[in-house]
Amino acid sequence: MGADNALLAIDSVSKAFGGVQALADITFSLDAGAITGLIGPNGAGKTTLFNLITGVFPTDTGQIRFDDRIIDRRPVHERVQLGIARTFQNVELFESMTVLENILVGRHTRTRYGILASMIRPPGVGREEKKATEKAIDLLDFIGLGEYAHRQSSDLAFGWQRLLELGRALASRPRLLLLDEPAAGLNIVETLQLGTLIKKIRDQGITILLVEHDMSLTMDVSDRIIVLDQGRKIADGTPREVQENEAVMKAYLGETRQNP
Amino acid sequence: MQEITQYFFSGITNGAIYAVIAIGFSMLYRSTDLINFAHGEFVMLGALGMVTLTGLGFPVLPAIFLAVCGGAIAGLLFERLAIRTVRYPEPIVLIIITVGASIFLRGLGMLLWGKDAHSIPAFSSHPPIDIAGAKLLAQSVWILAIVLFTVAGLHLFFKKTLTGKAMAACAISKRAAWIVGIPSKVMVMLAFALSTGMGALAGAIIAPITMSSYDMGTMLGLKGFCAAMLGGIGSLWGSLIGGFLLGILEAFGVGFVTSGLKDAIAFLLLLLILYVRPGGIISAVDVKRF
Amino acid sequence: MKSSTLRNIIYYTLFALIVIICGKTVENAYYLQVLTFIGINTLLAVSLNMLMGYAGQISLGHAAFYGIGAYATAILTVHYGFSPWLALPAAIGAAMIVAYLVGMPTLKLSGYYLAMGTLGFGMIVHILFREWSGVTGGASGFVGIPPLEIGPVNFVSDKNYLYLVWGTVLFTIILCRRIIDSRIGRALRAIHDGEKAAAAVGVDTRKLKLQIFVFSAAFAALAGFLYAHFVYFISPGTFDFITSVRIVTMVVIGGMASIWGSILGAALLTLLPEWLHAFSEFEMIVYGLILMLVMIFLPRGLTRGILSLFERFRRSDGR
Repeated sequence: MGADNALLAIDSVSKAFGGVQALADITFSLDAGAITGLIGPNGAGKTTLFNLITGVFPTDTGQIRFDDRIIDRRPVHERVQLGIARTFQNVELFESMTVLENILVGRHTRTRYGILASMIRPPGVGREEKKATEKAIDLLDFIGLGEYAHRQSSDLAFGWQRLLELGRALASRPRLLLLDEPAAGLNIVETLQLGTLIKKIRDQGITILLVEHDMSLTMDVSDRIIVLDQGRKIADGTPREVQENEAVMKAYLGETRQNP
Repeated sequence: MQEITQYFFSGITNGAIYAVIAIGFSMLYRSTDLINFAHGEFVMLGALGMVTLTGLGFPVLPAIFLAVCGGAIAGLLFERLAIRTVRYPEPIVLIIITVGASIFLRGLGMLLWGKDAHSIPAFSSHPPIDIAGAKLLAQSVWILAIVLFTVAGLHLFFKKTLTGKAMAACAISKRAAWIVGIPSKVMVMLAFALSTGMGALAGAIIAPITMSSYDMGTMLGLKGFCAAMLGGIGSLWGSLIGGFLLGILEAFGVGFVTSGLKDAIAFLLLLLILYVRPGGIISAVDVKRF
Repeated sequence: MKSSTLRNIIYYTLFALIVIICGKTVENAYYLQVLTFIGINTLLAVSLNMLMGYAGQISLGHAAFYGIGAYATAILTVHYGFSPWLALPAAIGAAMIVAYLVGMPTLKLSGYYLAMGTLGFGMIVHILFREWSGVTGGASGFVGIPPLEIGPVNFVSDKNYLYLVWGTVLFTIILCRRIIDSRIGRALRAIHDGEKAAAAVGVDTRKLKLQIFVFSAAFAALAGFLYAHFVYFISPGTFDFITSVRIVTMVVIGGMASIWGSILGAALLTLLPEWLHAFSEFEMIVYGLILMLVMIFLPRGLTRGILSLFERFRRSDGR
């Protein structure tokens, strides 16, 4: 699987919670610049995998390599610094802040000055703030929320809140973007627009790993699909290959069509 | 040897009191996820209530019963007026409300009973019992007996009676309890009444061996809380263990440090437990039930 | 110049004007003292507000840092003959070091457990003040703290101290506003809104919480320094759990995450005991009632509460 120029390499990773084996011996790697879909029935371990990649939990076994660097022991915020960003299943915006401020927090790792400098205000600070604001507005225009920059984030309609969260993840200029069910709760039109946006993001050179239940969206945007079931990887291939895979059908439907 | 025994007796007496107070905290936390900073004031109300009742001529046991009922009713009022009406039940809001209630009740205590300290005679006039050269007060025996009896009663209540089991169910999962038809509002009220009733009981039985005044509740409440955390808040047996452990450690600690620093022992233990094992001793034994 | 910067400058100038007017017109020594106490309490409230209101970390032990500032300067100036202006950085430094050491394990906790941890810490420091009589003078307190002076200007006079304290308040408010209007301030509010999400966008939550904890301790110690050299006598009773609760109350009533609101909260809570002096037996009842009522009905604090009442009136005839 071309592990040499892989951006992300997951190697024999397992994770158990109490008595439940959430993930068992997962191995795959992602090439830079591709969109990979991650699907599977509920409880398959998809969000757990995200949590392991972003560092919310440590792995029990195995190794995670990002850009050839072992990142197993790195805390969450350091991984963002390295270039991994994510969105959440339930929208977790900063509700007391405006749309623009949410994006600006997303840029936290791309600005530098600390608490002392914020008090003393040497000239560099003003420049950094100005640049950060400009980039943030550009980003808002890119995702289509430019005119809402100064609205309270909690005032946005749900679909746009999801979009804002996506934008916030983009603000950290990630190399790898993990999207956790970005289409949940969106209507058909919004989902199509999301698909276009995801491709636009890929065209900017960002690698995407996408967890989704909406099959049409997943099949449409993904170059490759990985299927998990009950903590194990059961399929890995192009969308067509996966659609025709017996094990995948069994996982979703419970039985193959041959045995009624 | 005689000194050690004396420390031990003093330790288990105080420990029993801390245990009852801790159980009050635990029960409420278990059922409502609320830590009642005003709990200590219900201890004060129980103690001063006992002073008044015995002063009015009530015999000991009816007085205790009335004091406990008074405490329970006060708890119900508190729940209805201060807790249920809260608009944003976030931790910080609830913490400050209960802190405010604690100050309010202390002010009430000062208004009703003045700033003086009161004392009442022991429940029985037995002379202290001589054991291994150390003296065990008759009142200590009363305290231990009442506490153990109460704990046994609570244990049976939660294990055997329907109401008790319903409360335990609520504590484990409000939603599941609601689905099977347990009225959670009533359960919350019951939890408050039991909790503050226990507080009042602690006050009632400690009144003969301490000087009761309007400000006695704060320290007792805080130490009872430390005991609950030490043993494992939310657990009946944890609070029991935590209470006795704190009482004994304090009693023996006095042997090594000045009595003024004795108070610090409880808080040092609290910090230790919070840093090392917030679940308390009982979580090490992996017993999560109430 | 950005409009918000202009607005801030206008506020600061107004503030300075009001202070100067008060200093010029108020002659009564008692009123001057009360105003000075309001200033010291404002420092305490503002410092705690940064921690509680913006970063969202509950602290029930803030009085400990207040006390460390006061006792540090008392010990250094009286026992070791330091000049107060040398004792000042030492007092602030001591509080910052303690905050750093205590903050590291304690800030890992959250919610009730954090409140409890800070409470325990505060109680232990209070007990130390009370029992370590050799150093702190014990329960009977510490006398003989020298007044402040810079060259020919002495701060014994009430008016001068008023200017000193409120000048410090203005300075502190400016620093706090600068932090809030920066990427640090945004990161703090992010931690408050959702620590998990804040970490997920790259905020080093552990480091930032610790930084703001140390910052708030530093300014509480500054308040302690000013208090000690104002009243010349300190005792442990001033730095106990009740005081910590009082500071929390000021923050909450004034409005969490409202720096100007802290002035309101501090003023109300300094004046309340004075107003209730006649009914001193009712003081605790009233105080407790106010706490409960404000938290039940206006949990966002008085400033926000009143503002949102205005909003509702506006909306009822516009929209």
